Amino acid sequence: MNRTVRRAAGGALAAWLLAVGLQASRRPAGDVPADPAQPPRLLSATGLYIAGRVGEVDPRNRQFTPQYPLWTDGLTKRRWIQLPDGATIDGRAEQAWNFPVGTRIWKEFARGQQPVETRMLWKATAEGWVFASYVWNADGSDATLAPDDGIVGVAEVAPGRRHSIPSKSDCVACHGAPAKANPLGFTALQLSTDRDPGAIHGEPLAAHMVTTRTLIEDGLLTGARTDMLTNPPRIQTGSPLTRSVLGYLSANCAMCHNGNGEIAALGPVIRVADLVTDGDAVARTLVGQRTRWQVPGEADGESVLVHEGAPERSAIYVRMRSRSPSSQMPPLGTTVRDQVAVDTIARWISIELMRAH
Amino acid sequence: MKRRRISTGLAVLALVALPGAIGYRGTEATQMAGQPAAKKTLDSKFVERGNYLVSAMGCHDCHTPWKVGPKGPEPDMTRALTGHPADMVMPPPPKLPEGPWIALMAATNTAWAGPWGVSFTANLTPDPETGLGKWTDEMFITAMRTGRHEGKGRPILPPMPWSMYRNLNDEDLRSIFAYLQSLKPVHNRVPQPIDPPEAGR
Repeated sequence: MNRTVRRAAGGALAAWLLAVGLQASRRPAGDVPADPAQPPRLLSATGLYIAGRVGEVDPRNRQFTPQYPLWTDGLTKRRWIQLPDGATIDGRAEQAWNFPVGTRIWKEFARGQQPVETRMLWKATAEGWVFASYVWNADGSDATLAPDDGIVGVAEVAPGRRHSIPSKSDCVACHGAPAKANPLGFTALQLSTDRDPGAIHGEPLAAHMVTTRTLIEDGLLTGARTDMLTNPPRIQTGSPLTRSVLGYLSANCAMCHNGNGEIAALGPVIRVADLVTDGDAVARTLVGQRTRWQVPGEADGESVLVHEGAPERSAIYVRMRSRSPSSQMPPLGTTVRDQVAVDTIARWISIELMRAH
Repeated sequence: MKRRRISTGLAVLALVALPGAIGYRGTEATQMAGQPAAKKTLDSKFVERGNYLVSAMGCHDCHTPWKVGPKGPEPDMTRALTGHPADMVMPPPPKLPEGPWIALMAATNTAWAGPWGVSFTANLTPDPETGLGKWTDEMFITAMRTGRHEGKGRPILPPMPWSMYRNLNDEDLRSIFAYLQSLKPVHNRVPQPIDPPEAGR
């Protein structure tokens, strides 16, 4: 152990330098297994478009739009799914549909008319999903597979704020490990025919888009409960504002804070299965729930997720409002505050929750 | 490295020379909490190897506060791996002049300031509210592999060399975690990192 300032400071400095150097070298992590299948190098080879006609989506790919979109700094999105011929989705577990091997799902991010990135989830084998992100060429002629470490700052999304291509570990952080991963926007609730008219940043549902109804009528979803269309999934609450807020939290927070996985014991639990049973009960669990993250100005260890009537004392509000790397929520995938959502949740905390008493 | 004198005062900072062009990425020291940790059965073989790895890989260098001993600053092993002392409130870091000096560290070596803001080294003892008491080995491994707090959260800040440790195999990382879980829990709530002003709110 170093005993002098010089040697000790040098040791710490060396450690940091090593960290920086190794990050740059992109060495593979220790026991992380190789992908079961390698995605194509170009987006044009993934099956999204008609062969030789980049930009013209293959008619076999069905477009969909989740009712509660994930916020990605205001970028516009288009999404498609392709199921293998003759294959169906096993819908017996309503909160965890099982997709057939060969399923491909794409999500395109664009600023205005300019595509920036297209991601692909590909269930390449029975062992799990492959994550791939493609970066568009400046001339829009094709998109190229991004490196495993992602790419920082590929496009400006607001003055001084830039969109980054996620690393593979970031993909895993939200979707889970490949063997356990699931598409987050293609679920029974997200495709429900009972769409929330108050959904924050809700997108128009066009007639050609996939819903639970089209999936069932087209024979692409098997094993779903028989009343799926007469009693479609819906966040159960008598308050339209609470429905909207819980829908937003389900899409933007519950990919991690769902009571499962590595952080199950640490944070709020927002399970879709609970939301569609009794959303108000889920909302009540957030009120007064202690959080380890310290809300500025609160006494040590006394911070709560939601402080009724006081957004500024509520960790959820403060962290949603922040875009400082150490405090923002979600912690990745966004560098621009979602002001509409922040204002909505402030209204919910300061008015709606108080009215409920 | 340019040698600077460090006073025994806790608020005094030491300057560290770094090439100005070096980039940086990511984050942190940690502030954790939760409820009482479940009683864990720890394999002595893992604990022993974890002790060896923690001792040899420099974890004490930053996670154990330094004190001034007869030969100069040295880790205060009575506070082993407890991270930045909660009662040591750091003043704002002084502004550095233009040039190759880009980082500062506290006399305890538990608080660092640089382009990433201010980071505080984590309490690695298994205290459930302020340490790793609620962590699982899976979470620890994921954090070391991804450079994200709790494996999914904010980036882990310099000077934590997670990108070096991510090359350890699962058994070594599990051993380190087993050793850390074998320590006596110490309640020490490390401050949250402070973002640089330009990070925005």
